[in-house]
Amino acid sequence: MSDDNVTRHLTRRGFLTTVGVGAAGVAALGPTPAEAAPPAVTEEGDMLRVVLKVNGREHRLLVEPRWTLLFVLRERLGLTGSKAGCERGECGACTVLVDGVPRYACMTLAAEAQGHEITTVEGLMDGEQLGPVQKAFAEHDAFQCGYCTPGQIMAAEGLLRATPAPGREEVRLGMSGNICRCGAYAHIVQAVEKAAGLRQGGGR
Amino acid sequence: MLPAFSYVRPTTLGEAIRLAGRKGAHIHAGGTDLLGCLRDQVLGAETLVSITGLSELRGIAPARDGGLRLGALTTIAEVAADPTIRGRYAGLAEAASQVASPQLRNQGTLGGNLCQKPRCWYYRGDFHCLRKGGEMCFAAEGESQGHAIFGGDRCFAVHPSDTAPVLAALGATVRIAGAAGTRTIPVEQLLVPAGTNPQRETVLEPGEILTEVVLPPPAAGLRSSYRKVRARAVWDFALVGVALALRLEGGVARQVRVFLSGVAAVPWRHPGIEAALTGKPLDASIIAAASVAAAKGAEPLGKNAYKVELLRGLMTEELERLARG
Ligand SMILES: Cc1cc2nc3c(=O)[nH]c(=O)nc-3n(C[C@H](O)[C@H](O)[C@H](O)COP(=O)(O)OP(=O)(O)OC[C@H]3O[C@@H](n4cnc5c(N)ncnc54)[C@H](O)[C@@H]3O)c2cc1C
Ligand code: FES
Ligand code: FES
Repeated sequence: MSDDNVTRHLTRRGFLTTVGVGAAGVAALGPTPAEAAPPAVTEEGDMLRVVLKVNGREHRLLVEPRWTLLFVLRERLGLTGSKAGCERGECGACTVLVDGVPRYACMTLAAEAQGHEITTVEGLMDGEQLGPVQKAFAEHDAFQCGYCTPGQIMAAEGLLRATPAPGREEVRLGMSGNICRCGAYAHIVQAVEKAAGLRQGGGR
Repeated sequence: MLPAFSYVRPTTLGEAIRLAGRKGAHIHAGGTDLLGCLRDQVLGAETLVSITGLSELRGIAPARDGGLRLGALTTIAEVAADPTIRGRYAGLAEAASQVASPQLRNQGTLGGNLCQKPRCWYYRGDFHCLRKGGEMCFAAEGESQGHAIFGGDRCFAVHPSDTAPVLAALGATVRIAGAAGTRTIPVEQLLVPAGTNPQRETVLEPGEILTEVVLPPPAAGLRSSYRKVRARAVWDFALVGVALALRLEGGVARQVRVFLSGVAAVPWRHPGIEAALTGKPLDASIIAAASVAAAKGAEPLGKNAYKVELLRGLMTEELERLARG
């Protein structure tokens, strides 16, 4: 899937989503003012106006306070790379980067993600190309069904941003917040080590 | 989808205290425990008062007396990685690095870690148990593998925090801000024993906010450690954990403080172990005596007698580790 396709697809999804919630839900596609007022006290059922910066792009949205970042990414922004597994912080399928650090999008309220840089697996594309971590996972068959893979890739990306050349134990610890039901762990560890090399050698 | 609630993110502590004091309000820090409680309907919230906008609750700074101040919003990952903590209060860094998973450590805060709700499977499940306002603790006669072996009294849930036992062993205090002003209490007194009130985890009143944790200056020769045993190496809570803080003075143990996790509704102070070690060299016979003392006073339920043996073994290994330095 090329970056262009992602964008076009998103645009269409974003539009449909907007229509879906009526005039209230505005998924803006262009840049919006960076500073967002802190949400005022709301009544139950009220929507909050938030600006979420996802993969470098700002989205103005109306969200319910109870919506998680995972829900908004998938159901409002059409970024379905992040997966819903347990939805209680126990599997890692929903891992995204918040200010460059891996977190579970299922345990993060969308309202709390405001003011932070969010990166999803879609944001790791390098133009038309897979990013180095994605490439390493593909080359090493670091998955079977692939359901956990976007989360694994984001955990690896976060690990390598903090620790560009991790040892075997650091990789195992860094990836320990992601479960793979297919048991592809051995290949996942190899892929992360490969990705470290790719990133060092001029990848992103 | 979570049940509906309203949300507010005040920017001043005063406003946060006022809003958190209203009926049905719950404080949201990292949200990693709170959102799970809401999803499982262990708690009902009308309003979440997010304190993440209070930047004065963030960060680690030296205290004037040579100790260390940790803002309540300091993340568990920050505690685990902090060079001063790793150097001077090693047990706290060890505890933080054993909490949950990397992602949860990046998000969960120290304040939230101390104020989190128990993980008892009845309490978190579909049971109207004593702690939730029901009639009885189902673990007393039921599936008690994860439950208390010390101090159980009507309720047998254990406190899930890994940082609380080490902070208690290190003699840390917490600062609490409320409508009436601020107060400072030892971490030991923050959490409520089952016998005092099985329906309450902390002494915080509605509207009170834990603002910081303060570590006293490390005494000369201070050694501290924390280790927990769990069913799997990530995500899991302590079946049994041991927090130790003591001074080694010419090889002799002084000012020994021992707090256990996974065995009681609060970090469980164990004076028997402390007495077995105080004023003694940490040699094999003393360590063996401490391990025997560890079992004293334990009152296992039907399915958790294994915790007593686990505690004895863990006690031995941890003392050996501390003695090696
Ligand atoms: C899968 C999983 C595994 C976990 N494993 C562990 C583990 O191994 N060890 C462990 O110790 N914990 C564990 N936790 C629990 C939790 O993630 C951590 O304890 C975390 O540090 C909680 O912090 P938080 O900021 O996310 O808390 P929140 O969820 O924001 O808050 C928790 C509670 O404390 C209250 N609160 C928070 N901050 C304050 C404050 N400053 N003043 C007053 N009240 C406050 C809230 O109202 C709420 O009731 C786990 C959680 C999950 C979901
Ligand atoms: S879906 Fe978020 S951790 Fe499982
Ligand atoms: S590849 Fe199937 S769950 Fe990991």
